[in-house]
Amino acid sequence: MFEKALVGGRRYWTLVAVLLAIIGIGFLVYLKQLSYGLGITGMSRDVSWGFYISQFTFLVGVAASAVMLVIPYYLHNYKKFSRIVILGEFLAVSAVTMCILFIFVDMGQPMRIMNVILHPTPNSILFWDSVVLTGYLLLNIIIGWTTLQAEWKETAPPKWVKPLIYLSIPWAISIHTVTAFIYAGLPGRHFWLTAIMAARFLASAFASGPALLILLALILRKYTTFDPGREPILAVSKIVAYAMVTNVFFFLLEVFTAGYSQVPGHLASFEYLFFGLEGHGRLVPLMWISILLAIVAIFLLVVPATRRNETTLKVACIAVFISLWIDKGFGLVIGGFIPNPLERVFEYWPTLPEFIISLAVWATGFLILTILYKIVISVRESIGPGEPAH
Amino acid sequence: MKMDRREFLRIAGLAGLGLGIGTGASGWILSRGIEASEFIPSPNALTAKRWAMVVVLSKFKTEEDYKRVIDACHRFHNVPDIGNPKDEVKWIWTDTYEHVFVGQENEYLPEEFKERPFPLLCNHCTKAPCVRVCPTKATFKRKDGITMQDYHRCIGCRFCMAACPYGARSFNWRDPRPFIKETNPSYPTRTKGVVEKCTYCVELLENGEMPKCVQASKGGLIFGDLMDPNSEVRKVLSENFSMRRKAEMGTGPSVFYIIGGGEEDV
Ligand code: SF4
Ligand code: SF4
Ligand code: SF4
Repeated sequence: MFEKALVGGRRYWTLVAVLLAIIGIGFLVYLKQLSYGLGITGMSRDVSWGFYISQFTFLVGVAASAVMLVIPYYLHNYKKFSRIVILGEFLAVSAVTMCILFIFVDMGQPMRIMNVILHPTPNSILFWDSVVLTGYLLLNIIIGWTTLQAEWKETAPPKWVKPLIYLSIPWAISIHTVTAFIYAGLPGRHFWLTAIMAARFLASAFASGPALLILLALILRKYTTFDPGREPILAVSKIVAYAMVTNVFFFLLEVFTAGYSQVPGHLASFEYLFFGLEGHGRLVPLMWISILLAIVAIFLLVVPATRRNETTLKVACIAVFISLWIDKGFGLVIGGFIPNPLERVFEYWPTLPEFIISLAVWATGFLILTILYKIVISVRESIGPGEPAH
Repeated sequence: MKMDRREFLRIAGLAGLGLGIGTGASGWILSRGIEASEFIPSPNALTAKRWAMVVVLSKFKTEEDYKRVIDACHRFHNVPDIGNPKDEVKWIWTDTYEHVFVGQENEYLPEEFKERPFPLLCNHCTKAPCVRVCPTKATFKRKDGITMQDYHRCIGCRFCMAACPYGARSFNWRDPRPFIKETNPSYPTRTKGVVEKCTYCVELLENGEMPKCVQASKGGLIFGDLMDPNSEVRKVLSENFSMRRKAEMGTGPSVFYIIGGGEEDV
């Protein structure tokens, strides 16, 4: 089946070439980081995790969101998702790969990565995170590939994948829960030390992931023979609407606890992110853009007319994605470090090399996605229209 | 010498089994992690059930008193002076009351307290969050309460830095060696990409010497066994009011601050 990735039109190859070029540049910059050290980034003694780890955190959510298609299709027999469920599974493959790469480029001693396996330490949440992420990657590769192969041969998928599919549902929840636990169990980091962290992570994941999926499906429809159909898109948009509202609700719960209790430790990071602290407020404009986009998105998603209109739906999905990217792919991690444990404010901003390396990791994920989606489309083209056989 | 096939196989099997047990046992020993403190200590080594430090603030009078202590540590341990706050590495440093005892701010304190620097270092917490989160056991707890750091095992993930509620840990954002003024050959320099912090001078204790900062402090820092009722630390703690940083976190810090009183009390 893989040979289908090797034949394609000019547009396909141009995209592949552009992505490869970005990856190549990023790799060179990574070599530089390897020789100089992580000091090449904007991270510091006080903000010791930055862009890489926040991208990782955000992308775990995107990966987990595949479950929002798997549950309706496999548990509730919602047949309309038959054409797009594989897009979700392959998006998960691409997102988890990016997660692993982001962890890797963030390591000070990447050559020692095997130490995590050589000296397994069950009391470390990072140990569990590496276990669940690897497991989730394998599950989605196996499930996606075998179901697609079955589709290609126009047979039902083998019986043994069913249990794996069911397993992938709690597993998806686990990857994001464990990722939230990285933050939510640390004493002295008030911004993260909150029981709602995992729930908030899941809500934002189930909004940002499916929003991206809608956009991807629409892009595929425009440039390829793939047609997701109108109804599945509408169904997914409802999922995005519910999840986004839930996410904002959870966020407001946090704001209430901090704002009404007035406990300084709880307030400080919020103050820094939204108003600035002691004259430092580099993230303030970004955070307000995130809020603004969230309001616009919720409005467009909740009003039925704009949710059903494809143009406004697209705007809503872009707004959801960017809003949540700022919130989780930036503010959440950086905000937790500011102020520092001694209540001093040291700010952070990614450097150009850091940004290029991150871009290259995104390009790698997008390349994997492009190739996998290309295979899906070619397989579908070769068997002609109609519902898959399962 | 005759050995039939059966016999050969039997011997080979036994040898294989022996090899298996051998590797298994060494694996078990390795994974259990022998600590330096478990080896037979040198006869004049200083030992304790739980090491602790008491900072007697009244003994720190001039800027020079702080500098002498900090320099003693940083020089001996090859701590680089990179000269910018972003890449900074420090094992012992100072800050003022409101930053040291966060949440205990009191604007009506005597002026001299508000401005006064307090020495800060790793608290060698009893329930150390940095140990709990480390995915490789590169940060580990010794039986004598010291939180130790294995520079050769650390993968540089910096989870421990996020976990430490005291900002006690530094990461080598770049190669520290060019920034060490005079390298002390008796202590290893570090490489880029690993985390480091105060070690309570284990390497000195093993040779019967007190920590460098304690030696340089002229009585401003008292070091001893918290579990020994007759130790000097216990004596000063029983006679003076003392504070610990963020004890409400449940970390069990083992650095105590005696901030009031004249020096005749101690
Ligand atoms: S002060 Fe920080 S580094 Fe030291 S033992 Fe406690 S948590 Fe670990
Ligand atoms: S940076 Fe090193 S010591 Fe700290 S948690 Fe990671 S592996 Fe452990
Ligand atoms: S105990 Fe040793 S390592 Fe720790 S601050 Fe003092 S001199 Fe430095």
